[in-house]
Amino acid sequence: MRIVVCMKRVPDTESVIRIAPDGGAVDTADLNYIINPYDEYAIEAALQMKDADDSVQVLLLTVGESAAESTIRKGLAMGADEAVLLQVPKDLSDPLGTARLLAEWLKANPADLVLAGKQGVDFDHGAVPGMVAELLGWAGASSVCALACEASHATVEREVEGGRERVRLPLPCVISADKGLNEPRYASLKGIMGAKKKPLAVVDCAAQSGALGSLEAPPARPAGRVVGQGAAAATELARLLKEEARVL
Amino acid sequence: MSYKALDFLSYDSLLREEELAVALEVRRWVGERFLPLAMEAFETDRFPFELAREMGELGLFGATIEGWGCAGLSHTAYGLINRELERGDSGLRSFLSVQSGLVMYPIWRYGSREQQDQWLPRLAKGEAIGCFGLTEPDHGSDPGAMVTRAEDKGDHFLLNGAKMWITNGSVADVAVVWAKLEGVVRGFLVEKGTPGFTAPLHRHKFSLRASVTSELVFENVRIPRSAILPGVEGLKGPLGCLNQARYGIAWGAIGAAQACFDEALRYQQQRTQFGRPLASFQLQQEKFADMLTAITAAQGMAIRLGQLKDEGKLGPAQISLAKRNNVAMALQVARTCRTMLGANGVSLEYQTGRHLLNLESVYTYEGTHDIHTLVLGQAATGIASYA
Ligand SMILES: Cc1cc2nc3c(=O)[nH]c(=O)nc-3n(C[C@H](O)[C@H](O)[C@H](O)COP(=O)(O)OP(=O)(O)OC[C@H]3O[C@@H](n4cnc5c(N)ncnc54)[C@H](O)[C@@H]3O)c2cc1C
Repeated sequence: MRIVVCMKRVPDTESVIRIAPDGGAVDTADLNYIINPYDEYAIEAALQMKDADDSVQVLLLTVGESAAESTIRKGLAMGADEAVLLQVPKDLSDPLGTARLLAEWLKANPADLVLAGKQGVDFDHGAVPGMVAELLGWAGASSVCALACEASHATVEREVEGGRERVRLPLPCVISADKGLNEPRYASLKGIMGAKKKPLAVVDCAAQSGALGSLEAPPARPAGRVVGQGAAAATELARLLKEEARVL
Repeated sequence: MSYKALDFLSYDSLLREEELAVALEVRRWVGERFLPLAMEAFETDRFPFELAREMGELGLFGATIEGWGCAGLSHTAYGLINRELERGDSGLRSFLSVQSGLVMYPIWRYGSREQQDQWLPRLAKGEAIGCFGLTEPDHGSDPGAMVTRAEDKGDHFLLNGAKMWITNGSVADVAVVWAKLEGVVRGFLVEKGTPGFTAPLHRHKFSLRASVTSELVFENVRIPRSAILPGVEGLKGPLGCLNQARYGIAWGAIGAAQACFDEALRYQQQRTQFGRPLASFQLQQEKFADMLTAITAAQGMAIRLGQLKDEGKLGPAQISLAKRNNVAMALQVARTCRTMLGANGVSLEYQTGRHLLNLESVYTYEGTHDIHTLVLGQAATGIASYA
């Protein structure tokens, strides 16, 4: 069985995001990158299947700029067998463009199962896995919190209002992982050393990539106001919430 | 807000990609798995043993050894592991120093193939824990005067004596014990539960509380002939081990200092007095400037030490230089940061006080500050001021 895990790098969730002076990109100078946390659940799910069955092969597939390589190596250090970087000049924030590149590659390089995180924590589109399934004409399930795979089917569970939904999909299919699916492992030091030697192929996709329009920071919030002190403030606060903010 | 490790001169950019990856992964593990337990561990005087297996799975133990399931990393990477663990707690780093530098190292370096195969895989996984017994009640800085002795009884050795202040003593599955056999210092592997061998706990420490410290008592302990480390005789055996651990401490102390610096900086940026952030006052800024400089200088020493060790050119006096400087630096930084937190500096809810207390042990073990001063004095002048 061959599992492809779509993963991307994202800025560390603690990062302060600044927009570059030209307004066309995020200023990446001070950013640390990590594997998108939802993708880690997808990688872990694939590795658990590999742990249970030696014949399972896990390939990491990334659309991104060349600097994404060191983040991909982290995924290899966790235990994936090989990786492919579909290299574009700049990390994309265009879900359809990304999905097209992934689907194109998957058409030429068949997989039994495609896993991904349910969304990137950078742009939070949450659109790519579904689009990849659609472009390939495969079944898809999003935001799964449980996953079991047999020879020709996958069974997944999704958190839905008031309960869990169980879905059975024929393979090949595209499944996106939610928090709670598993507890991603740390990369072992041996894994980190071994990752250097694992194959990481780079495919130049510059010609097919789209470009981002523009970015704006959210408007600065106006300063707060102190409405008074002690018990008197409570009445005044209630009045303002009712009359000015109109939230009561 | 997450921890930001001070790296003013971008030393990280001197590291190989996988060395940096190791440091970051260990940093993440410490933040997620150890720090939530740190205060409780210190307060209740307990090492969180549930983490030993996890450390084994990560491959932290014996990380520079090739084979037996070990990771085969560079010495620089080993140094970085020490730094990241000690950013959590000196007790956590001590656990690693003992297991890797003082137990796995002598078994790997001086042990027989059988001893290596018996112990290294289990020690690497964290399934077995080791301790190192050199210090005695009456012989600390002068281990050559030790009185613990082994007698050759033909088919076995008979061990008598006592060791003091032994990290992991009560919990160790195997003790590397240094004792005199016909007047010559030799290493022995003594297994837990061997009749006549007991390991009572040292209680009431105010330092390194998240680390087990014990006495080792040997009363007519029969140990098999196969338990002697065949590959070394004399004090160079234990001193060779100490060089490994001291090298790690020179790195580790930086982690403790970085943790204190980070905490004091955040605190002083957020807390206002006299209508301004504490960090805006010149008196406080001088402290930050001094600490920034001291930590950065220590980092330079550590990284150079790593290069020399990876080239196989690192000498004991060079290790003494960095152990002495970096631990004294960290202790000074911790004291300064303690004051900068005001009353909160004496609360275990903050890390700095814990680091400060821990570093008092680090200052004393693995060769006291004074002993390293004597080593450097000899290196500088060519004259030994002690035997
Ligand atoms: C928490 C903790 C854990 C430890 N873990 C271990 C362990 O796992 N294994 C192990 O074997 N040991 C361990 N030790 C012991 C440690 O290595 C010794 O405490 C240390 O070597 C100092 O020995 P001492 O305490 O006997 O002090 P002493 O040697 O009695 O020294 C007392 C003071 O005199 C000074 N002094 C000594 N000789 C001279 C001299 N010639 N000139 C000038 N000043 C001198 C010292 O610097 C010190 O300030 C541990 C200690 C602590 C606190």
